[in-house]
Amino acid sequence: MGDAHADISKHVRAYIGVFVALAIATVVTVAASTVNFGGHWNMIVALVIALFKASLVAAIFMHLKWEKSVGIWWTLGICAIFFVALMSLPVLTSHDLPAESHQGTWDVLPAAAHGEAGHAKAAGH
Amino acid sequence: MSAGALLSYTVKPHPVTGVYSGKLGTWLFLASEVMLFGALFSAYVLLRVGAPHEGAAAWPTHEQAGLSWKIGGFNTLVLIISSVTMVMAWASLKTGDLAKGRMFLALTVALALLFIVVKLVFEYMPKLNAGHGPWHNNFFGIYFTLTGLHALHIIGGVIVIGYFLLFGHKLWYKNPEYYTNRIECTGLYWHFVDLVWIFLFPVLYLMN
Amino acid sequence: MSSHQHGHGHQHGDDGHHDHHELGFWRKYVFSVDHKVIGVQYAVTSLCFLFFGFCLMMLMRWQLAYPGRPIPVIGPLFPKGMPDGIMLPEFYNALGAMHGTIMVFLGVVPLIVGGFGNYVMPLQIGAPDMAFPKLNMVSYWVYFVGAIVMMAGFFVPGGAANSGWTSYAPLSVIATTGQTVWLLGMVFLITSSLLGSVNFIVTIIQLRAKGLTMFRLPVFVWAQFVTAFLLLLAFPPLEAAAVLQLMDRLVGTSFFMPEGLVVSGQLQNYAGGGSPLLWQHLFWFLAHPEVYVLILPGLGMIAEIIANNTRKPLWGYRAMVYSMVFLGFMSFIVWAHHMFMTGMGTKISTFFATTTMIISIPSVIILTALVISLYQGAIRFTVPMLFALAFLPMFAIGGLTGLPLGLPVSDIQLHDTYYVIGHFHYVVAPGTIFAIFAGVYFWYPKVTGRTMNTALGWMHFVLSFVFINVVFMPMFFQGLAGVSRRLYDQTQYAHGSAVQNLTKMSSWGAWMLGLSQLPFILNFFMSFRAGRKVSDNPWDATTLEWAAPSPPPHGNFVTEPVVYRDPYDYSPRGVARDFLPQHVAEA
Repeated sequence: MGDAHADISKHVRAYIGVFVALAIATVVTVAASTVNFGGHWNMIVALVIALFKASLVAAIFMHLKWEKSVGIWWTLGICAIFFVALMSLPVLTSHDLPAESHQGTWDVLPAAAHGEAGHAKAAGH
Repeated sequence: MSAGALLSYTVKPHPVTGVYSGKLGTWLFLASEVMLFGALFSAYVLLRVGAPHEGAAAWPTHEQAGLSWKIGGFNTLVLIISSVTMVMAWASLKTGDLAKGRMFLALTVALALLFIVVKLVFEYMPKLNAGHGPWHNNFFGIYFTLTGLHALHIIGGVIVIGYFLLFGHKLWYKNPEYYTNRIECTGLYWHFVDLVWIFLFPVLYLMN
Repeated sequence: MSSHQHGHGHQHGDDGHHDHHELGFWRKYVFSVDHKVIGVQYAVTSLCFLFFGFCLMMLMRWQLAYPGRPIPVIGPLFPKGMPDGIMLPEFYNALGAMHGTIMVFLGVVPLIVGGFGNYVMPLQIGAPDMAFPKLNMVSYWVYFVGAIVMMAGFFVPGGAANSGWTSYAPLSVIATTGQTVWLLGMVFLITSSLLGSVNFIVTIIQLRAKGLTMFRLPVFVWAQFVTAFLLLLAFPPLEAAAVLQLMDRLVGTSFFMPEGLVVSGQLQNYAGGGSPLLWQHLFWFLAHPEVYVLILPGLGMIAEIIANNTRKPLWGYRAMVYSMVFLGFMSFIVWAHHMFMTGMGTKISTFFATTTMIISIPSVIILTALVISLYQGAIRFTVPMLFALAFLPMFAIGGLTGLPLGLPVSDIQLHDTYYVIGHFHYVVAPGTIFAIFAGVYFWYPKVTGRTMNTALGWMHFVLSFVFINVVFMPMFFQGLAGVSRRLYDQTQYAHGSAVQNLTKMSSWGAWMLGLSQLPFILNFFMSFRAGRKVSDNPWDATTLEWAAPSPPPHGNFVTEPVVYRDPYDYSPRGVARDFLPQHVAEA
């Protein structure tokens, strides 16, 4: 049990260290949100910081840094791939619309096309 | 135990796979939870991108959304601290200290309940009173759904930790390593709940 | 069926003592944690639902064949749905939506995964039970509650869900109360599935007998393994979507509701800005892997039965295993081939069409390997083998007819027509359901210690095979003629009237198919008491479940099995017997 004690006290130091890092990163997250990096970059910066925080939690609190089980790593890997597919494909689908249609399939129609489109709607489209 | 034998690898890790069954099972469950919250995040993206530019259904600005980064930030720190207390509970049990372990478990529950109270009293109630419920527009819809589902997960965690806190000592005295493993698995779930919030906070509270 | 003798060969792990005291009736037969009891519970419940779902269809087929005519005998039983015995369109839609839901979620999947998987898989890997026996029990009872909730839909005002098993928004959002009940039922069923899939994966990874490496696993176990991953990772998005739809219906959110929706001249009271397509994405993200869930365990069962009844090892075992894994993986990125007609652009359509074409390759590999496995085999025409042999060309028809649906250009013509119904029913009905029949005849002796009657089995097979084709083959031609799905009365349209004779043919085929199940039902119950008693291994099979007694006691094996060889060592050289079981060391 002596070994366990030594290991655990090393781990405890890691836990406190991670807590401090996470607290700082939270402050950075809020601070970064006040700066305008321009367009998409704001979300990207926020997500990168969040990813950093998440990695710390996963690696140290969830013990992934010391995890040797192949089953767990395969599961996480497959899950990551499908997560990316779920996040990206639906929104890519909504972006790849035929040229004639307007931005977003469920928007209010622009006034210019209102004439013919209005007829289409009235005809029980 | 109840009917049936206690199966192998519930306490000691499997010699080949290197993991005990409960931990593998918990990670698999967490993978499914990633897909659950992932679906809601994906819905958020699709709704955000497809929102009309004006009218009742337009995506609100930061001010119109009225989410306070101070409250959100406070709750973020509360959850992070609760993650620390959770892992400290496991570490204490690993070194054989039941009393310290139970203290950390109790702290975790207290912090979790603080999170829920802050959310309910300072976030949900004011919004609902102002008529900004989930029906108001899709931002509020997805906000209430994401944070509501997350809050349900916190309550679920509180129930499980509470159970181990109040009734767990019987198992500890019969098989301390088994009990410690169960706390480890609970901890994995708890850290995951913290992880989800780490993404929810910037996405919902800090968008410009 | 459960004896009190405990198998002492099971591993004790770290807790060396366990209670041998007698369990009461409730803990032994109702709230049992024994995978065999739970497997039988799942099987009996789901077989009942399969039959019920089929009855719903037989009712619908009357309306289709004789639109507007009162239904004899049964009509008066449903005064609300069929006033004066004539089916209302709303009732027709409810029957349709519930038929699909019940067959998929209450029938087939609980049977092949919860029933066959639960019972056979731990035996095939030499385990004393599942990794989490209590969780297994919880899975069954959550399924049971979900099933009750689903059935309750028939009794609420407005009747059961009637927006298709696909529940597309916005129709489903404005539908009657039954839809809310459907969504709640789905939450229970999905939860049950998730808990079960965790159990299956951990059991297969952790509890295999000594010597049983992953590539010595029977194909059936590999199939269950891949299926469990599909259920684990694909179901949660549908659970999320169900929550979103419940919120649209009950709380008034607009996740799936567009701006300015007008229904029957009335502007709907929603903030709007939502997307009906969001529902479709989240639904099909599950529902496509779901169809591979429907077929994979069946393929596994067929593989077992073919190996056993050709008395030779399966051809292409590794190819089959890799194909199943690849199939499982690909199934997650093909889903929008169900959405080609939603206005997607050419780039993304091409992406999904490509992945769909690619996914046909592993299916073909598996089918080809099974067919080649017959070559030079000493084929025994046992009843399970009859169904297994019929499965092969039927699954081929189902798979091949999927190809024009997976290509956007041809899908324009065929989407939402009877062609689609023909396609997927060929895969599930003479596909999976035949595999289920094969599995029942094959494993019945293991579960009960008695065989089913062969003559009745032949009768069941011949009649079912003939009539199942009579039901579904005409549908391809109806679809090509332009008849839409979910039509209450196709004779309203000239193109529908023109092929009404095909509709009548399908309907009569369906009723005859229903009657053809009577020999099976009779056989199933009769053989339980009067069937010929058999030994542990009546089929002379090699896999581990046949090393246990019939039926296996609590703990499964009398001595802990050790595995020495591959799963299908039939007709080995230099051995007198024509098979060497996995657990037998060299003679």
